[in-house]
Amino acid sequence: MAPREVFSSTASNPLGRPKGLWSALHLDPILLFLLIALISSGLFVLYSGADRNLDVVKAQGVRFAIAFVVMLVFAQLDPSVFRRWAPWLYILGLAGLVAVLFVGVGAKGAQRWLALPGLPRFQPSELMKLVVPIMAAWYLSRHFLPPRLSRIGVGLAIVLLPMLLIVRQPDLGTSLLVGMAGLFVVFFAGMSWKLIGAFMAMVSVAAPVMWFFGMREYQKQRVLTLLDPQSDPLGAGWNIIQSKTAIGSGGFDGKGWLQGTQSHLEFLPESHTDFIVAVLAEEFGFVGILLLLSVYFLIILRCLFISVTAQDSFSRLVAGALTMTFFIYVFVNVGMVSGLLPVVGVPLPLVSYGGTSTVTLMAAFGILMSIHTHRRMISA
Amino acid sequence: MPWGEFKDTAAERRLFQRRVTVMLVLVFLLLSVLVARMYQLQIVEHDIYTTLSDKNRVQVQSVPPPRGLVYDRNQVLLAENRPVFSVTVVPERVGDTGAALEQLVSILDISDEDLERFQRRLREPRRPFQEIPLRYDLTEHEIARLAVHRHELPGVEVEAELVRYYPHSELTAHALGFVGRINRDELQRIDPVNYAGTNYIGKSGVERFYEELLHGKVGYQHVETNARGRTLRVLEHENPVPGEDLKLHLDLRLQERAHELLDGRRGAIVAIEPATGGILALASVPGFDANQFVTGISVADYRELSESKDKPLFNRALRGQYPPGSTLKPMLAIAALDSGAVTRDHTIWDPGHFQINSAGRRWRDWKRGGHGWVDLTYAMAQSCDVYFYEAAIEMGVDTMVDYLARFGFGEDATLDVSGALSGILPSPDWKRGTRNEPWYPGDTVNLGIGQGFMLSTPLQLATATALIANRGEWVEPRLLKDIQGDRSADEFLPSETHEPLKLKNPSDWEFIADSMAEVMHGVRGTARAAGRGAPYRMAGKTGTAQVFSLAEDEEYDAEEVRERLRDHALFVGFAPVKKPQIAVAVIVENGGGGSSTAAPVARALFDAWILEFSAAAGSLISKTDSQSEAP
Repeated sequence: MAPREVFSSTASNPLGRPKGLWSALHLDPILLFLLIALISSGLFVLYSGADRNLDVVKAQGVRFAIAFVVMLVFAQLDPSVFRRWAPWLYILGLAGLVAVLFVGVGAKGAQRWLALPGLPRFQPSELMKLVVPIMAAWYLSRHFLPPRLSRIGVGLAIVLLPMLLIVRQPDLGTSLLVGMAGLFVVFFAGMSWKLIGAFMAMVSVAAPVMWFFGMREYQKQRVLTLLDPQSDPLGAGWNIIQSKTAIGSGGFDGKGWLQGTQSHLEFLPESHTDFIVAVLAEEFGFVGILLLLSVYFLIILRCLFISVTAQDSFSRLVAGALTMTFFIYVFVNVGMVSGLLPVVGVPLPLVSYGGTSTVTLMAAFGILMSIHTHRRMISA
Repeated sequence: MPWGEFKDTAAERRLFQRRVTVMLVLVFLLLSVLVARMYQLQIVEHDIYTTLSDKNRVQVQSVPPPRGLVYDRNQVLLAENRPVFSVTVVPERVGDTGAALEQLVSILDISDEDLERFQRRLREPRRPFQEIPLRYDLTEHEIARLAVHRHELPGVEVEAELVRYYPHSELTAHALGFVGRINRDELQRIDPVNYAGTNYIGKSGVERFYEELLHGKVGYQHVETNARGRTLRVLEHENPVPGEDLKLHLDLRLQERAHELLDGRRGAIVAIEPATGGILALASVPGFDANQFVTGISVADYRELSESKDKPLFNRALRGQYPPGSTLKPMLAIAALDSGAVTRDHTIWDPGHFQINSAGRRWRDWKRGGHGWVDLTYAMAQSCDVYFYEAAIEMGVDTMVDYLARFGFGEDATLDVSGALSGILPSPDWKRGTRNEPWYPGDTVNLGIGQGFMLSTPLQLATATALIANRGEWVEPRLLKDIQGDRSADEFLPSETHEPLKLKNPSDWEFIADSMAEVMHGVRGTARAAGRGAPYRMAGKTGTAQVFSLAEDEEYDAEEVRERLRDHALFVGFAPVKKPQIAVAVIVENGGGGSSTAAPVARALFDAWILEFSAAAGSLISKTDSQSEAP
């Protein structure tokens, strides 16, 4: 085998295929262990971030329990199920997004939630984080890869359509994340570098146009505040200044668990949701951050491994895209809290307090486990 | 599906592997960016953010020092600090401010003015979570009612602060001044650090002059606060240094007596202890209650005070500028003697009028038929105008002005009396400068009897009289006696600047003092009625000043007009003649004659001080002084 094939030469690798009970449950023990390590240490940080409110931790625990069940269910489904359902899910998702624009509920000028009778309230845009990459993968994997130009065009259209609907809500952050998930599929499918270059060029031209014609004032403000947080220290810049202060004052080994003054004295906003990594940085310092990022890196490594060893193109594309989306979550959140990126309202995956994203994420990991554990009996 | 459910070509797999490799590199690079960023924040810039975090967490709160107390010379409290409760609102905690205000209005007695002031403060820039006072000086009853509704009103607090209180304010408002809320102009002037916790500042009088001493030094406490500014614990603290307690020369009893003597009239009394320059009484009647100014007077009350035709807010003792009239004659007599314009036994014929040249204008004596042959002593006793007209022409305006200036006219000669005016000492230069007119000889004649352009305050008259009582030794008038706790007042009083007034023949002082005693005790003395029967000898001079514009432009009924156009009654004097313990100036506005109205007031004051109140009441009067000199 060529050296590049090293990823796939895993049939005999003990880390590769789950055996026995794990196999029966369709779970990957390595990924599961990493997730549990992340989630359980996250709950400790959450306890501090929520200012010792045990109820918050309990509520989050319940959410994780539900999310685990969802993951378990998704893991049991054969990847072909997702593939077969892809177009219908996509149409359903689009319908949901359209419905949100008309009958959605929400706050602060954004309608994101759909409250259908008989169903729990949910965000169709959240669903689309899974459906869009699945749909794109379904479409592109129907032909040989790399896809032709026209198919790439259609693939991009599949991604763009829900993006535009989500931007209308308006929810720029989710829209970009959904777009990312789709674009990763197109990228993994083998869009040529030339095209990628052209696409990048197009985006860099489109960005200023978006700035002047497509963005709302608050969205512009967020970007501007990122560029100069001191310009409005009590308004929009407050969050970034306070989170940077929390992180920076943590130093090498932190102020100690529950000892963070920034969060416990309420200077740090959203300390148990989007800005929870600042709590961790303040209380556990640079060491804590290194450990956290290491765990994320290991999860991503494992997921990329699963992607590479997947048996068909559809699975590979879906697994790769979901993995990279997960990474983007981490990068955007930590980047925003540390003042590298604008505040776009992306939670720290599996650590921040919040229900919807946790369920979506665990569903994605369910899909990855499904891909990893449902094997066709063909030769390696 | 034509491609089948399952396809996996080696080419596709290799393509995917390459792409994953690229992504893996990307992931690694981006994670490295995050780690680098964290390294920058947490290791490189750690100190900066630690400082920021502490600045967030630790707030330095100022602890205002208690304001120094003010006592009179007998240790009677004149100004103290009293806890006053006010209701404040923190808009950020209240939520619906309008509804909360509505409810507060139903619970408490809140005027439209209070609401207006509140709304104004609400619009002004301020720190978040800073409370805004809504109403001051709550009664206990109101505090109780508020406590009942406390739970319905988050963000509404009752706050106690120490506020100035003047227990004898009607008597002392003009002498002591008062404090009030710091205004915008004062904010520019004060040291923002030292006044960080202070809401009040001396607005007038002693309170203003000794602001720095009375205020004290601000204290601090470092407190840990949360983002809403709520104090969680005190980390360290430095106590404030309370303001110094002041003791004044003022004697509240004499002050009270002065007010009683002027009760129902308009006027002023200044009494000075000649030996020390200490102001024993400084009364301007009618007075007012300064306490209402401290927390902010209502517009209606203020209008009532400021529009009252008796002008209670006007400090007549320091700022009332009156023509001194004949009370200037003792000083002019000194000037005439010392300059050689007259001798002690220089005698003139007073026909009842005076002319500079035989064809010119006639200046009349107050006594129609004239006094006949008059020498200086007689001129003093009878207040003969013609004698002083002649002396004035003989001296010339420059000599007169020169001497009068050395008596402290035309300047504020006080050391620590805030707001004292300097009157007008007219001179040719002054007249050219302000009126653009030349100085006429007639102006000199007018000045000779303290009329014309000359204006002086009661305080200036008392100062000049004290100088005669001191036989030329200058002791500038002052209020501060000492600082409580054995500190000398000299440390804080401005330095004295006046040279003693040395006469060529120092015995002229005794001569003039005796001539003033003649006013009180002589058979022809204008104030002999007031001086009658005293167990000590006193010196004085009556005066009657023509009314100037104080009430001319206002409308009164005929009765009123007549009353208000009557002459002002004046008197200056000191007692006892030999070792003076008190020098006074009295003015009774529209009181009529100085001898009939002002002199008895002064006599009563002399009696009060010498026989009742002074430290050595009675005993200081030597046998010789009381018996041999008594008429």
